[in-house]
Amino acid sequence: MAPLVSLRGLRVAFDGVPALRGIDLDVMPGEAVGLVGESGCGKSVTWLAALGLLPRQASVTGSVLLEGTELLAAPAQVLERVRGGRIAMIFQDPASSLNPVHRIGTQVAEAVALHQGLPRGAARAEAKRLLDQVGMPDAARRMDAYPHELSGGQNQRVMIAMALAGRPELLVADEPTTALDVTIQAQILELLTELRRAHGMALVLISHDLGVVAETCERVAVMYAGRIVEEAAVDALFAIPRHPYTKGLLGALPPIDGPRGPLASIPGGVPDPSAMPPGCAFAPRCPAHVQACDVAPPALLERDGRASACLLAA
Amino acid sequence: MLRFILSRFARAALTIGMVVTFAFVVLRLSGDPAQIILGADAEPEAVDAFRASWGLDQPVWLQYFHYFGAILSGDLGRSMRDGRDAMTLVLERIPATLLLTLPALAIKLALGIPAGMLAALHRNSFLDRAVMALAVAGFTVPSFVLGLLLVLVFAVQLGWLPSGGQGTWQHAVLPVITLGVGGAAVLARFTRSAMLEVLGQPYIRTASAKGVPWGAVVRGHALPNAAIPTVTIIGFMVGSLIAGAVVVESVFSWPGVGRLLVVAVANRDLAVVQCVLLLVAATMVTSNLVVDLLYGVLDPRLRSR
Repeated sequence: MAPLVSLRGLRVAFDGVPALRGIDLDVMPGEAVGLVGESGCGKSVTWLAALGLLPRQASVTGSVLLEGTELLAAPAQVLERVRGGRIAMIFQDPASSLNPVHRIGTQVAEAVALHQGLPRGAARAEAKRLLDQVGMPDAARRMDAYPHELSGGQNQRVMIAMALAGRPELLVADEPTTALDVTIQAQILELLTELRRAHGMALVLISHDLGVVAETCERVAVMYAGRIVEEAAVDALFAIPRHPYTKGLLGALPPIDGPRGPLASIPGGVPDPSAMPPGCAFAPRCPAHVQACDVAPPALLERDGRASACLLAA
Repeated sequence: MLRFILSRFARAALTIGMVVTFAFVVLRLSGDPAQIILGADAEPEAVDAFRASWGLDQPVWLQYFHYFGAILSGDLGRSMRDGRDAMTLVLERIPATLLLTLPALAIKLALGIPAGMLAALHRNSFLDRAVMALAVAGFTVPSFVLGLLLVLVFAVQLGWLPSGGQGTWQHAVLPVITLGVGGAAVLARFTRSAMLEVLGQPYIRTASAKGVPWGAVVRGHALPNAAIPTVTIIGFMVGSLIAGAVVVESVFSWPGVGRLLVVAVANRDLAVVQCVLLLVAATMVTSNLVVDLLYGVLDPRLRSR
């Protein structure tokens, strides 16, 4: 099967400082991929870059193919049809991601009108149907509410309704539950999974929460300092992590039973993006570090249906 | 909402009352109108008679009491210079002032807002730098300097326009430009920063991410939000329509409210000065009130409070 979206050698730099250092990632139609890593590793930047949503001072190179169509440097009209129409995106903080001066019904209807070409009245009706579908309580009345009158979870439902308006083939959810409390978090994740099944939509879930990804995704890519360091099916990755960074992340999860002890962590910090080590970016913190690690960044190599970027993991 | 409006009205009334009181105190403390109007070598009897006829021989607190009572009943007193009703004197100058300040306001809006938006939308470009350099020049040059400079070039050197006075529309050109340039510069800077602030908000990215074309993002999503802070500064400009041209009217000897104020202060013509100040305070307070109400219209977050 051909991938829906295919990122190749995607690089982003802000004012010459690299943020993404070559991302290769395929998303198959209908699959759920998790993208994990700590803040600043480039998870969000990857998809903002793919959709051309980064500020102008960002330089983006490489290739982003959507079923064979190159999106990087595509004309604005092409990108506008892709955004929301084929690839939709929702964000971390739903309250500030919605326009404070427009009613939520209007904001959803705007997306409907753009992608389904419906006249005003029909677009509103469709917006109401979408709000019902994402489980907005009392949707008809809430159509006229402003974002500040809704809770965080309700606002995220509005964002999801808006994302569904264009019937996209891929939904990129950028930390969709980070700003929400735990019960709401579970509801939103369940909603995303349900909608994905119902619409046959692919999902990229960006998260720093391994539990969230394990529950929602089929495949997971671990990012570190602007690169993917390991990629595997969720079960395989959690059962036997191959990259030392992934091992460190899983090791940092507090055990649910056993005696209470200090939380485990990976020693050291992420390298400064403007002064990356010449070899593997994780080498300075890596317990398995050998001299060869400092020569060149290891490539993401595939073995038994999974991949990792580590000399020792092969 | 009603309580909001009522409290704003009460505050507006209080502000005007304070301005009136302040004007009264300062003017009584800063010199004897009888001496100034009659001249330093006037007969003592004449001075006393003048004082008696204007009530200046009474204790200050009584004068204040009478004065405030008169204002409340709509009587703003008469000019000590020619005995005419102070209010009439001021009101008949207003059209002349508006003839300058209204077109100047139009220039400020028509020039300042688009310039600020362009600069924000092309941040750090040559255009942005050029607009902002002009804006800095525009509001750092004082209006009397700019006014004299314009007179020097267009009246003295080129002889295209008159250097002062009132009569034809040509007389208004230089003062209007002088007034407009500074305000446009202020508004351009303000609009730019308001716009930049809004363009950096997550909801702008959301609008782009759902496929809204950039022009529509700017018009439909950025502008309504950037309008909220910009309205404040426009409110100040509207509020200064009556008294914002004091310096420029003096430079171009334009017979407006500003000129009247300068002359009345020099002459210690108490009733006239107080009347102008009252009018200035009333317009400023009214426009602030309108701005407050507009906030409610523009920003739903304030409406529900």
